[in-house]
Amino acid sequence: MGWYNKRLAKSIWVFHMSASPCNNCDIEILDLLTPKYDLERLGIKLVGSVRHADVILLSGVINNKVAPIVKKIYEQAAKPCFVVGVGACPASGCCFKESHNVDHKREETIPIDLYIPGCPPQPEAMIEGVAKLMGVLNA
Amino acid sequence: MKPEYLFYLLIFPGLLFTGTLGLVVGWVDRKVSARFQFRVGPPFLQNFNDFFKLLGKETILVKDGIHSLFVAAPFIAFAMLTLVSAMVGVALFFHIGFGADILVIMYLLMIYSIMVILGGASTGNVYSSLGAGREIKLLLADELVFILVCLVPIVKSGYALNLEAILAFQAADGSFIGSVSGVIAFIMGILCIQAKMTLPPFHIPEAETELVEGPLMEYSGPPLAFWKLNHMMMYVTFPFLLILLFLGGFSFTGLGLLWSVLNYLLIIVVMIIIKNTNPRVRIDTALNFFWKYAAPISFAALILAVLGV
Repeated sequence: MGWYNKRLAKSIWVFHMSASPCNNCDIEILDLLTPKYDLERLGIKLVGSVRHADVILLSGVINNKVAPIVKKIYEQAAKPCFVVGVGACPASGCCFKESHNVDHKREETIPIDLYIPGCPPQPEAMIEGVAKLMGVLNA
Repeated sequence: MKPEYLFYLLIFPGLLFTGTLGLVVGWVDRKVSARFQFRVGPPFLQNFNDFFKLLGKETILVKDGIHSLFVAAPFIAFAMLTLVSAMVGVALFFHIGFGADILVIMYLLMIYSIMVILGGASTGNVYSSLGAGREIKLLLADELVFILVCLVPIVKSGYALNLEAILAFQAADGSFIGSVSGVIAFIMGILCIQAKMTLPPFHIPEAETELVEGPLMEYSGPPLAFWKLNHMMMYVTFPFLLILLFLGGFSFTGLGLLWSVLNYLLIIVVMIIIKNTNPRVRIDTALNFFWKYAAPISFAALILAVLGV
């Protein structure tokens, strides 16, 4: 599937999923699409429906209320679909780690392929993360 | 059926040519739009990559939807557009008839809109149904203007309905854009195309920010790829139709070739400029615009055409 993976790497459509974030990473994600960074030159497009998505950008610690919704949305995505955890929350829980409303394992909700750490990560770091994903696909 | 008909339909003005040129012009659209926003824009082969990527994705059928309609709609719409571009292209490039006149083209283009409506409504999704409903209203809004615009060349060419007869009349008598009624109808035609292609400011059915692509929301994989391809193919079909009806077709000798390409690019760029400088209008604004202003102006153009101006 080398040929197909190369096409996939050049045309990544991202779906932005907010799983109870503090809204900080979301603002940084929107920065990616502004003229300064312009991810469209890499073929990356923000889509509104998860059915069209190749990558789900997940931000926020997944608390009890949104966990079933996150799971459902991931199941609705057309595969192959990768999940990128943006920020420290999906990776470690950040400052919400010991919260009363987070009492499940994140791995049981959604399989995350790539973490981009930072609170919030800089847009450059996110571009690097996506470029690594492309590198894996192109290999 | 003659064997060259298959060639017309599948290769030269039909499927292969329109699809490839459509994806290329779709790139022009994205690139120029990006430059409007001071961005760099996608690489040249972006739309091809998108198309082949979508072909390899999973197709998800909605549990409560009507599956046969859901899957058939994009392909029927694709077939209709291929047929229309073959008919228009054969008249433009070979100056012969393909067994169809302008009325058939109007009907086939309407079937395309109906396929969008059926495909969106067959999913059972609320947003898709809303998008399908808005598509119906938009069809009601722009169809009258489209018919009036198409009637102007018919009247001016001495009530000829065949595409090649309209072209032959313009070759002998000068393009219809040179007359008052022709100019008015041409401008109305561009606005009408904008609504038929659901480009901004008339992207009411597919409003990404409020209806998340409306009728296309539940589509994934190959059917979505064909919806995207259909949309790009309309960048070829509609400008070619306008060139045929008003600009006297293409010529392939010397500077005429350059002039033909410039005509096509001019229409595309005007559409992209309108697309990038206007926000989305509400559905009642669109209806108001088409019924209160565009339709009377087109009707005036038709009356002027009857009077021979």
